[in-house]
Amino acid sequence: MIALPAAAGLPTRTPLRRASVLLVLAAALGGDALSATDPLRWGADSEGGAPYVFPDPKDPRRIIGFEVDIAGALGRELGRPAVFVQNQWDGLIPGLLRGNYDLALNGLEITPDREQVIRFTIPYYATSEQLSVRKDESSIHALADLRGRTVGTLKFSLAQRILEAERGIDIRSYEGQINAYEDLANGRLDAVLMDWPIAMYYSRPNPKLKFTGPPIGHLEYGIGVRPDDARLLNALDEALLKLVRGGELRRIYETWGLMNPETETLFERLVHSPRALEEFTRTLTQERPWRARVRQYIGYLPLLGRGAVMTLVISVTGMALAVTLGLLLALTYLYGPRPAAWASRAYIEVVRGTPLLIQLYLIFYGLPNIGIRLTPFLAAVVGLGLNYAAYEAENYRAGIQAIPRGQSEAALSLGMTQTQALRHVIVPQALRLVIPPVTNDFIALFKDSSIVSVITMVELTKVYGQLASTYYDYIGVGLLTAAIYFLLGLPFVRLARWAEARMAVDRLVPVSARRRWLGVGSKPASG
Amino acid sequence: MEGPARQLITVEDLRKSFGHAEALRGISFSVTPSSLVVIIGPSGCGKSTLLRCLNGLELFDSGRVHIADVTLERHDGTVPRDLRHRLRLLREEVGMVFQSFNLFPHMTVLANAAKAPMVVKGMGRDDAETRARAVLAKVGLSDRLDYYPSQLSGGQQQRAAIARALTMAPKVMLYDEPTSSLDPTLVHEVLQIMRQLHDEGMTQVVVTHEMRFARDAADRILFMHEGLLVEEGPPAEVFGAPRDPRTREFLKSFL
Repeated sequence: MIALPAAAGLPTRTPLRRASVLLVLAAALGGDALSATDPLRWGADSEGGAPYVFPDPKDPRRIIGFEVDIAGALGRELGRPAVFVQNQWDGLIPGLLRGNYDLALNGLEITPDREQVIRFTIPYYATSEQLSVRKDESSIHALADLRGRTVGTLKFSLAQRILEAERGIDIRSYEGQINAYEDLANGRLDAVLMDWPIAMYYSRPNPKLKFTGPPIGHLEYGIGVRPDDARLLNALDEALLKLVRGGELRRIYETWGLMNPETETLFERLVHSPRALEEFTRTLTQERPWRARVRQYIGYLPLLGRGAVMTLVISVTGMALAVTLGLLLALTYLYGPRPAAWASRAYIEVVRGTPLLIQLYLIFYGLPNIGIRLTPFLAAVVGLGLNYAAYEAENYRAGIQAIPRGQSEAALSLGMTQTQALRHVIVPQALRLVIPPVTNDFIALFKDSSIVSVITMVELTKVYGQLASTYYDYIGVGLLTAAIYFLLGLPFVRLARWAEARMAVDRLVPVSARRRWLGVGSKPASG
Repeated sequence: MEGPARQLITVEDLRKSFGHAEALRGISFSVTPSSLVVIIGPSGCGKSTLLRCLNGLELFDSGRVHIADVTLERHDGTVPRDLRHRLRLLREEVGMVFQSFNLFPHMTVLANAAKAPMVVKGMGRDDAETRARAVLAKVGLSDRLDYYPSQLSGGQQQRAAIARALTMAPKVMLYDEPTSSLDPTLVHEVLQIMRQLHDEGMTQVVVTHEMRFARDAADRILFMHEGLLVEEGPPAEVFGAPRDPRTREFLKSFL
């Protein structure tokens, strides 16, 4: 490995030795030419919340947080102004690898999986997981007490892995901490396990909640850089050590109320232990061979399978609700008394005209405010069902209107009421007509069901996210997941084709003839 | 003229407009039980509208229709409060056959005929199917019970439609151009059923362009022209010695 002079100390372009010229050239092509005034672009997610990186409540245009302060301090050490680059937390590492920014600094826990993809600086903060419960809760004191309870956490986090290792816990994984603690306060959850800094800012101030039990687990945050960016890595490591030794890092943590025993110990270690140890642990990790990869994918299958079953159950139940409610809406719209017809029309338009995602949020997080607390599963089914009902209603309306007037006249002239005519003559024919568009919608719903992962439902797409973000393999696991969706959807397409052909109003075969084909009915006696 | 007590159908001063177009301009006539009445006239004369008013598929603006024991009366466009109820009573007495058959395509022939007695009269499936089988046998479709309408010829479909109406045991059968959409070779089998029903004493009112059938089978002929009943009488009179010049003009085109 070729060690360059520390970036911070380099004034401007000076004649370099031959080997280094090539490196500088490569760096220039990569867009981060060595220069004292080059900004230090650091990626983080300002939606992640306090105390990491978040919009200042007093002035939302400003981004603040203890990591903003760290980035600022690092920038000063390196002589490069720190520039914040917004990036979704899940995608921090892909964003780093794509070169959207030079370093990822946002509560990234140093794990072996991540170290296969990026390189970490020395840890800048250490902490543990903190268990929160409601004030009146007295039976939960430790992990072992969580068996049979419903526990919330952040998706893809160490806390989630700790909970998963413990058997018998009903885990709900959330996108954001606010919803998790809210659900704890209103009784949907029995406990929440999250990184201690998050708990300090979101659980501690809530009068309905309290901390319980000892610290759980141990985690250290590191700054992520691209594997080929050794120069920056070294510079950052040196800068961090300076900040630790000079007490600046401690001042930042004290300002934010985040100084804790774990970080105290970490600082001790950093000041005394040689840098070589960190280097050594890094070289332990290496590329996995091809065979191991395949074995790994096969290992994913049970997890993906469980997610697929949940996706199927949600889709089928949601669609059942949609086709039933859709028919009611269509009939009300076409034949109901005026106010009801208007209401039905308004429902169809509003539901079709607003995003499913927002409808799901309203159902899951909004309804508890008026006392309706649905489980994630029910909320998913109700949300998808109510949404797709609007589309199905339009399918039915088209189907019903396509039935010739003569059909209804014939039914009426036989003495049937309007309702009887609909039930026995019009709707059965319309149902056959709408099989193709309804199938189409089912396939769409099937794939849309991936959206319910935002309300803590663990289905196929959520499993994909968990696996992909754990192993940083978005392509392999992504293709595998897409294939599962495709294969699961296929039978429904075939089933619909078959039903369409069989029930086609004008292509029916006499019952007696059909019996003959199927080989049932009168069979000649053998012999 | 015979007294109203002996009439099965009495129509008085029936008027009906579609927007500004007057389809019926004061029609009055009566039908004695068991007779076969044929309404003829040029296209657009209002004969189909008249027929549809007799079972309430079209609501007339004013006038009076009395069939069997049911009376439908309307003046100045007011809607009787028990209209729905009366329409149902009326339709139970009156069967209707359409030009385009309007069989239910998603049901077998047997189900087409058995459905209405089950739904409207609350009959059990077995009773309804027994009755449907008997009526379908009468129209010669015993070997087509399990077929769907799309698998039948036009003549068979129309016979099935007649059977479907008959299972409701109506007192009157109305036919709206029953053979107009049939292949000429299949017309005969449908007319034959109507003759057969006539022999059995069914009261029938037929709108048709089959002049030979009208002349040979009808008891009375009504000739309509531009919403008016221009001439009526036995076929021999109307066809043999039409009094009105408009009747003569119309019949000329069929010679």
